[in-house]
Amino acid sequence: MSGVRVLVGTHKGAFILTSDERRKDWQVSGPHFAGWEVYHMHGSPVDPNRLYASQSTGWFGQVIQRSNDGGQTWEPVGNKFAYDGVPGTHLWYDGTQHPWEFKRVWRLEPSLTDPDTVYAGVEDAALFRSTDGGQNWQELPGLREAKGHLWQPGAGGMCLHTIIQDPSNAQRIYVAISAAGAFRTDNGGQTWLPINQGLNSGEIPVTGAEVGHCVHNIAMHPSRPNVLFMQKHWDVMRSDNSGDSWNEVSGNLPSDFGFPIAVHAHEPNTIYVVPIKSDSEHFPPDGKLRVYRSRTGGNEWEALTKGLPQSDCYVNILRSALAVDSLDSCGIYFGTTGGQVYASSDSGGSWMPIVSNLPAVLSVEVQTLP
Amino acid sequence: MIRVVIPHHLRTLAGVSQEVEIYIDGLVTQGAILDALESKYPMLRGTIRDQITKERRPFIRFFACGEDMSLESPDIPLPSAVVIGAEPFRIVGAMAGG
Repeated sequence: MSGVRVLVGTHKGAFILTSDERRKDWQVSGPHFAGWEVYHMHGSPVDPNRLYASQSTGWFGQVIQRSNDGGQTWEPVGNKFAYDGVPGTHLWYDGTQHPWEFKRVWRLEPSLTDPDTVYAGVEDAALFRSTDGGQNWQELPGLREAKGHLWQPGAGGMCLHTIIQDPSNAQRIYVAISAAGAFRTDNGGQTWLPINQGLNSGEIPVTGAEVGHCVHNIAMHPSRPNVLFMQKHWDVMRSDNSGDSWNEVSGNLPSDFGFPIAVHAHEPNTIYVVPIKSDSEHFPPDGKLRVYRSRTGGNEWEALTKGLPQSDCYVNILRSALAVDSLDSCGIYFGTTGGQVYASSDSGGSWMPIVSNLPAVLSVEVQTLP
Repeated sequence: MIRVVIPHHLRTLAGVSQEVEIYIDGLVTQGAILDALESKYPMLRGTIRDQITKERRPFIRFFACGEDMSLESPDIPLPSAVVIGAEPFRIVGAMAGG
């Protein structure tokens, strides 16, 4: 019997939620790593029992955990993230230059083909790779050469939060950084190209800024790797040429600010966002928690509300806290800063909370199990 | 035998109870204690001091015999009461809420 495993990272530990394919009855495991911030957990696509978790605190720094049994047991692995060479400086909030300093791992992205190879997106922004199951980490320094001195931190820090591997081209990887923008490598990470043409950001009122944009999240459907969808600080964007250029597809959204974006598992033109009120409020417009779905790849959006609170709701949904499963009836999942994890087993038509009282949710990933 | 008290989060990470015991050949200093501690519990590397610079993490403090040793050189000898195990060397997380 197939099923799903939902990996939830929170402000105070990790939780693993499991169900069969009906997705009605859930078992909750956790907290794992209690008291630590778990920015992200992710499983290997080729070995679902191989999981990686990023745990950190401001007190004790960064720890990487690895599991070989689907999260029942864990072992700490390597946590030495040393920038290659002298890392130099980047732009600070006030326009001065500021030294590059490692703070934490925001994103762990296991290889599509090898369970021992995993990428880590870190703050201050850089991309690391391990080829030995997380024991040792090496930076791919070419990324910071893509105008790194002009990158700047967003409100959450200067974080590399999105890593997308092209399933049709092992040499091509996309990453996104707040607030630097989106980048692409076509040679396995040796050199990187800023891919931000068409992005406009009020915070950098200069024409055609090549970097410095606060990209919040990017999503891609594996069957159509040249089409990318982006939730930016403001604006929902789409690229049909691997990021070479972008067009706005915010359409009729009540707010085009938000954090996560996701693509339906079986419909490459169906995408999901969660509009958020901003600047600085960062809660749903009108106190109504609404996921918005476009079946047209953007521009035309419908509100999905059944089962979601439609009054007095003032939570946020962070950039890594929206995910989909790949069961026949696609499941959609998201976590909130109020500690709820909602699930829909019908592509967003209706929702139910799996759990309601976790610590603030930082990330949600879903594994579809055979 | 030297007794070392480490914070709750690190006890959980290392899978130990309140105090851990380590053995040091030679001069007993903060640096030697941390070297021995990280050798016995590799998962603690990077959680108390930076793995590259060896600088104490900002929210970590060191105490011995009721004295704050945080700002002392990592190479000076520690009190004899710590050396003989009569008093523990205390690694403490800063009182900063959270």
